[in-house]
Amino acid sequence: MKLTDLMEELDLGVRVAGDTLNGEVTGGYASDLISDVLAHATAGDLWVTLQTHQNIVAVASLKDLAGVVLVGGREPQEDTLLKAEEEGVPILVSRMTAFELVGRLYALGIRSAELEAVEV
Amino acid sequence: MIVGKLQELVLELKVGDVMTADPITLGPGDRMSDLRDLLRAHHFSGLPVVDDKQLVGIVSVEDFIKFLGNGKDDCAVEEEMTGVVQTLYADDSLTHAIGRFESSGLGRFPVVERSGGALVGIVTKGDLIRGMLRRLEAEFHEEEIHRYRASHLFEDVEADATALTLRYDVAGQDFKRAGEASSRLKRTLSHLGIRPDVARRVAIGCYEAEMNLVIFTDGGTIDAQVRPASIVVEVRDEGPGIDDLEKALQPGYSTAADWVRELGFGAGMGLPNIRKMGDEFDIRSTAGKGTVLTVSFDTSEAGDETD
Ligand SMILES: Nc1ncnc2c1ncn2[C@@H]1O[C@H](COP(=O)(O)OP(=O)(O)O)[C@@H](O)[C@H]1O
Ligand SMILES: [Mg+2]
Repeated sequence: MKLTDLMEELDLGVRVAGDTLNGEVTGGYASDLISDVLAHATAGDLWVTLQTHQNIVAVASLKDLAGVVLVGGREPQEDTLLKAEEEGVPILVSRMTAFELVGRLYALGIRSAELEAVEV
Repeated sequence: MIVGKLQELVLELKVGDVMTADPITLGPGDRMSDLRDLLRAHHFSGLPVVDDKQLVGIVSVEDFIKFLGNGKDDCAVEEEMTGVVQTLYADDSLTHAIGRFESSGLGRFPVVERSGGALVGIVTKGDLIRGMLRRLEAEFHEEEIHRYRASHLFEDVEADATALTLRYDVAGQDFKRAGEASSRLKRTLSHLGIRPDVARRVAIGCYEAEMNLVIFTDGGTIDAQVRPASIVVEVRDEGPGIDDLEKALQPGYSTAADWVRELGFGAGMGLPNIRKMGDEFDIRSTAGKGTVLTVSFDTSEAGDETD
C-alpha cells in the first residue's frame, strides 16, 4: 500500500514529506528500542515509535524504511525535522496509541516481514 | 573490462603521478654487500644504478642471488648489474605504462628525463594500482563518483592485495552527530555499487559500533576497507575499555545510563547485532586502554540480491 493512502485512511499528519512519501509501504515494525529496529525491521517497513529524537532519522535511512510514525500525539524534535529533511525520510504523526495504530495498519493489510520469514 | 572512471584515470594519470620519486640508488662502484644491506632493510626487489645522475643499469634480487651462487668475493655492483635498461618517461600515460609492463614482463621500470636521461623515479605495477586508488579515493571525498561498480574496479587490478580505505572520525558523547559516519559510509558504498542489502548490513553493524563510541568512549575512528570480495570495518577507541568481554557480548547486557536508555539505546543488543550482521567478528579490549572491534562482511558470493 502507498504511504499516501495510509495517511489518508488513518488520518496521519505529515511533518516531513521526505523522498518516499509516494513510495510503497511493504511492511510494518513497532518498537522504541533502536537496536531492536536495526536488527529486526525490514527495508520498506513503516516504523511506529514514540521516540522523537533525531537518531530515529539515521536508523530509518540506514534501514531504508518507508517512513516513521510518531504515536500518542508526540511531535518530532526540531533537530529531527532538520535531519529528516536532509536525509529525505518521511516523518508522520498520529494521535493514536501504538496499539491502536498498529491494529489499524494490520487491518489494512500491513504485515511484519520479519515474522513472515520466521513463519508464524 | 575497464569501465568509466577507471578508464578515464588510466588515460589522465601520468607515470610521474604514481611513481616513487627520488628512489634510493646505488653507484656503479658500490659493493654487492651494500646491495645486500639495502635489500634487507627495504625489501626492494631491485635498485637503479646511477652514475652522476645518469641511469647506467639496474641490479635486482636475482642478480644478487646469481652473484651468491657463483661464490664470488664482494665486488662492484657494476660487474653484476644489468646494463641495458628499459625505461619509462614521467609524462608517459598509464595506458602506455601498462602496455610496457605487459609486453616486457618486467616488475619495475626506472623513470628518466626525456632529454638527458637523468633518473627521476622508479615505478612498479603496485604503484600504478595505488596511484589510481588514491585518485579515486580523493574523488569519493568530493562525492563526484556515481554509477560504476567496485567489482569492475577490482577486476582490473592485478595484485596480491588491494583495498580502498575510508576513514571516519567519531566524537564521543555527541548525540547530535551520532550516526553520521555510518550514513556517510552507506552512501559511499552505494556509490561504489555495493549491493544494497550488503551495504545495509555494513551500515547497521557500523552504526551499532558508532553508537558505542558515542555512548561509552571519548571518541574513536572507523576504518572501512573495501576489498575485492569483502568489506572489513575496524572500530578503535582509546578507552575506557571493557572489563568483562564475555558479559558485554551477552544479549541484554548494558551499562548505559538511564537517560541513554530512555532514548532507546542501551538495550544490550549492539554487540550481538554487529556479530549477526558480519561474517567474521573479533573484539579485543583492555580495561583502561581501549577497544578494537573488527568485523568483515563478504561481498563476493551470496548469489542474487535478496531484496
Ligand atoms: N567501545 C566500547 N568501550 C567501552 N565499553 C563498551 C564499548 N562497546 C561496548 N561496551 C560495553 O559493552 C556493553 C554492551 O554493548 P552493546 O552490546 O553495544 O549494548 P549497549 O550499547 O546497548 O549497552 C555496553 O553496555 C558497554 O558496557
Ligand atoms: Mg551498543
